[in-house]
Amino acid sequence: MADAALKLGAEPKETFMDKVRNLLPEEGHLNLCLTCGACSSGCPATGLEGMDPRKFLRMAALGMDEEVTSTPWVWMCTMCTRCVHACPMQINIPQLVFQARKSWPEEKKPRGIVQSCKAAMIDKATSSMGATSEDFVESVEETLEQVRSQQRGYKDLQVTFDRKGAKYFLNQNSREPMAEPDEMVPLWKIMHEAGADWTYGTAGWAAENYCMFAGNDEEWEKIVRTKAEAVDALGCEYWLNTE
Amino acid sequence: MVRKTFGESVADDMRYVLKACVGEENFVDTWPNKSNNFCCGGGGGFLQSGFKSARQEYGKLKHDQIMETGAKYVITPCHNCHSQVHDLSHHFEGGYECVHLWTVMALSMGILGPDERVYLDASLSECGINECTLPPDE
Ligand code: SF4
Ligand code: SF4
Repeated sequence: MADAALKLGAEPKETFMDKVRNLLPEEGHLNLCLTCGACSSGCPATGLEGMDPRKFLRMAALGMDEEVTSTPWVWMCTMCTRCVHACPMQINIPQLVFQARKSWPEEKKPRGIVQSCKAAMIDKATSSMGATSEDFVESVEETLEQVRSQQRGYKDLQVTFDRKGAKYFLNQNSREPMAEPDEMVPLWKIMHEAGADWTYGTAGWAAENYCMFAGNDEEWEKIVRTKAEAVDALGCEYWLNTE
Repeated sequence: MVRKTFGESVADDMRYVLKACVGEENFVDTWPNKSNNFCCGGGGGFLQSGFKSARQEYGKLKHDQIMETGAKYVITPCHNCHSQVHDLSHHFEGGYECVHLWTVMALSMGILGPDERVYLDASLSECGINECTLPPDE
């Protein structure tokens, strides 16, 4: 007669990957890996910090939670989804990376990303550079004035803010109005030549969202809502994100 | 934008616009491209993360892809890509310029002003206000 089955004392613990699986539609296919390596061979982050997407996934599958949730590699994967596209099983590795980012204590996350997120909370502008709506209007008006006075054919170039019923709501990466305002001008002229009915908004004009990168769901959502509400409040048909 | 949201059709749209601006014969695609293309490394917060050398190493794949095309100008549609590709050219001494899509559009329409040419090389950027722009008749 065979020996009785050996009973192990410990219950299998819920791993980091189990938790992530429960969050994702179709469990992100995280259990379906064939270890083929197609993900890693086309991933630009392969080799950084001795890591690659297949390795990261395998380590998570083996329950190496400590390593998976502490490697700085999660800040070097851009979540570009190239690996998902290449994977025969459509495994959602970037979601695993995103959840690993979220698991970092706030004070350990890269400061630049966290601060860019915090800066966007200062004003309804949602700018990661902490620029306000007034800063934006001032930069645009100053630049517009220069174009009008110097460029023949553009003496009456129009840029409006918060114009209700405009067809397009245009936003702008903060670095343009704040650091290189002349880069906004070609866009204005193209819109003008195309006869587009567009407006800027004083709320939610900043295109970027660093709270998403910081793995801060609550503030990420707040930014998206501020922007969407700004577009809705003006009744614009399209939201043009230049980012 | 291509892989996550609109798919191949938006990649085709951008190529249509670009070819219309510079001429079919002046457009060189990267390989691989569209949904199979590589990320440049400017996204996901990488530019603000403080991991500068890792970011440049990540971008080496994009840099090699660009060098392979032999193109003088790289067109980027988003601000993060623009900052990253600009930095890659500088860091790896690639010698290519990086411009926004709107710059090329306005240039081809003859409406790009002198102050709007900082990312173009000298042959296209050194012009006065009158030669530079050919705005519509008044
Ligand atoms: S491509 Fe997919 S199946 Fe292949 S190793 Fe990567 S995650 Fe696993
Ligand atoms: S999402 Fe991350 S792991 Fe996947 S290919 Fe992009 S950088 Fe690599």
